[in-house]
Amino acid sequence: MEKNLETLIAQAQQIVANSAMTHEQAMTSLASLPGQFASVLNLPDGFAEMEAEGLLCNLTEGYLPYCPRYILPDYQKLMDEGCRFLRLKPPTTLAEAILTLEIFYRHVPSVTHYPVYLGRVDKMLEPFMDSVSEAEARQQIKQFMFFLSRSIPDSYCHMNIGPEETLAGNYILDAEMELQEAIPSITMLYDEKITSDAFSEKALSCAQLCAKPSFANSPAYQAANPFPYGIASCYNALPLAGGAFTLSRVMISRIAEKAKDSNEFFEILPKAVNTLCQFMDEKIRYLVEDSHFFTTNFLVQEGFIKLENFTGMVGIVGLNECVNTLLAKDGIASRYAQSQEADDLSHKILAAMNQHLEAYHSKYCDVTGNHFLLHAQVGIAEDIGITPGIRIAIGEEPELYTHLKHECKFQKYFPSGVGEIFPFDETAKNNVGAILDIVKGSFDQGMQYFSTYSDTCDVVRVTGYLVKKSDIEKLSRGEAVGQANATWGYYASKNQHALERKTESL
Amino acid sequence: MTLPISTAAHKMATLKAPVNHIIDSSFIDGPGNRTVIFFQGCNFNCKYCHNPETINLCIHCGQCIAGCPAGALEMIRGKVVWDDRKCVDCGACYKNCAYSATPRVKESTVEAVMAHVMGNRPFIRGITVSGGECSLQRDFLVELFSQAKAAGLSTLMDSNGGLPIAWDDELMAVTDGVMLDIKETNLQVHLELAGHSNEMVLKNAVELAKRKKLTEIRTVVLADNPYSRQTVIDTGELLAPYLKDTEVIYRLIKFRPIGVRGEAERWPMPSQEQMETLKALVASKGFARVIIT
Repeated sequence: MEKNLETLIAQAQQIVANSAMTHEQAMTSLASLPGQFASVLNLPDGFAEMEAEGLLCNLTEGYLPYCPRYILPDYQKLMDEGCRFLRLKPPTTLAEAILTLEIFYRHVPSVTHYPVYLGRVDKMLEPFMDSVSEAEARQQIKQFMFFLSRSIPDSYCHMNIGPEETLAGNYILDAEMELQEAIPSITMLYDEKITSDAFSEKALSCAQLCAKPSFANSPAYQAANPFPYGIASCYNALPLAGGAFTLSRVMISRIAEKAKDSNEFFEILPKAVNTLCQFMDEKIRYLVEDSHFFTTNFLVQEGFIKLENFTGMVGIVGLNECVNTLLAKDGIASRYAQSQEADDLSHKILAAMNQHLEAYHSKYCDVTGNHFLLHAQVGIAEDIGITPGIRIAIGEEPELYTHLKHECKFQKYFPSGVGEIFPFDETAKNNVGAILDIVKGSFDQGMQYFSTYSDTCDVVRVTGYLVKKSDIEKLSRGEAVGQANATWGYYASKNQHALERKTESL
Repeated sequence: MTLPISTAAHKMATLKAPVNHIIDSSFIDGPGNRTVIFFQGCNFNCKYCHNPETINLCIHCGQCIAGCPAGALEMIRGKVVWDDRKCVDCGACYKNCAYSATPRVKESTVEAVMAHVMGNRPFIRGITVSGGECSLQRDFLVELFSQAKAAGLSTLMDSNGGLPIAWDDELMAVTDGVMLDIKETNLQVHLELAGHSNEMVLKNAVELAKRKKLTEIRTVVLADNPYSRQTVIDTGELLAPYLKDTEVIYRLIKFRPIGVRGEAERWPMPSQEQMETLKALVASKGFARVIIT
């Protein structure tokens, strides 16, 4: 892309002329344009070439950072102390608590300009349950969920519930089963020792209706991340009262294409990772030192987030294609997830990624020992022919237990997020305890994150976020829909066949 | 016809049973995710059987060999031998079998079945044995269930109740529950439908309920059939006295003309409305749930 004014105006015109965008979507797209054209960063040697070659990817964050990509505010502080900037007192009733959150969410920025983390909402609301009748509590929580579905037009916004069973958590799930909206996304922080089977089964019944909540292996995440954490955006495990400055990607499948064999791949990989890390560090330096976010934003000033709780994430996609390409170049007749050789190579690649990240020191990532974290990214529209994260390509999924065991072996490399989706047919609705058995067994074997849905529902999970199939149909006809990231779902279904994931018929 | 009822002599030798197939993950054979073992051979011969190829043991007539498109069947020393590596799972062999049997059966040891089950272990809650009729493999079941329970798995039988299983203390000690078919409460209709008396079935139902071993009752409902209606009513009456002390699911199964033979191929499916009407008839009997499937 030529970085001149004519190109910028031409792109702005395309946005303005797009009938499939709401006003708000057009506005945020226009707002992100200048950042794509900026040249305020001191790019590391070789970055521009590797990016142009498609080996590294900036994930459309632009080159003019002015706020962190993902922010996970300390909402409990809001509940306990209120907020000076927004003139909010600590809430004393359920209605006040909900209103306080609704107002505050409006002011939490992110890469999408909407909050990607809504907090452990059941825990926050539970203390107010005594003040109202059950019927009132249910009504208020349902209206809260309804409000979120219509006021935050983006399903990267993510609510956490569990691991303890709460009244509020039950009412949230009951409301979601009625509303069946794509927004917000929800994760159950699951701990077999703490989370009751009844609460888990209700969550899975909800997931069979509207593709949420997903289940996070809470003890495993806590062990990998020795600090208070939350699940934000798609399934990103990040420090609370902090978040991620940035997420950029090493396109390992393209490096495999460039390399003549696996030996050369492992020579190029550290250079690519190192260059990306230097680039991320320069973005972080600009954000922290040159932009004013970390000095003036009320979230920082009042201590809802702290600079020392932010980290950076290095994403990968297409382990499937990377392994297939390297096996072919090494003359091994096998495919990803289909042999010991393929598994050995996969382990070697992921271990190398973590080894290179461990070797890189990043000044501002105190919370994660001054290292960036590895993330299995869910892909973007441009990733044609590249499978998200470490997933097995659509159309090549093995039978259920083999698939589960594969995920159990490889999810452990990703402290900051990884996940797989296991859709079931209608039969599962009558026996969600069976899905819970699978979750328990998988988590016991090392799986980190499990998503499920029913193939007959409108709300489904596309790669890592929720969309309505009906919205995707509207977008394919050129009509605007309220949910901003339904557009990505549309492209994922068109370019990556994301809606054709194998459904388990049991 | 001689049925493979286990004997003491048989037990003395290495325990083996004819296994038709194993489903690694089933959501419909009891609570939770279960591995289901289907045994070959049945003491009933139901007109609407949806897997009639499991009824008899192969007599090695060899009629199926020519019809196998994959060359997976061979007559070796008077026996039809099935090569599961060549098999393409088309079902031509048993669809062509005039004797309601199949060559695709493996005489398996308890150890072999358990090894298979343990491969699924982290993801399943338990095992269910079905058939055919699983209780014909009584000695095998006692050993299989003992080993399964030692591995922390729950054990369920899916049975037609034709044999006196409820009074078999050794078997019941390792069986967590029985899912029992009550096909018909009218003796004459049952004889006509299943080729076997229902007397033991009904006695088993009561005794299993008393012993809190009755997990589920199943009745296959035929379209607009007054006997189906009466069976549902009678079953409710029969079990009502015990349901306050034990949780029993009543599953009303729509007859589906899938996999069936002969005249049943032309029987219609009952309507959802008929099923709901029958469900209402037993709604107040005290079943944990009445499920239409």
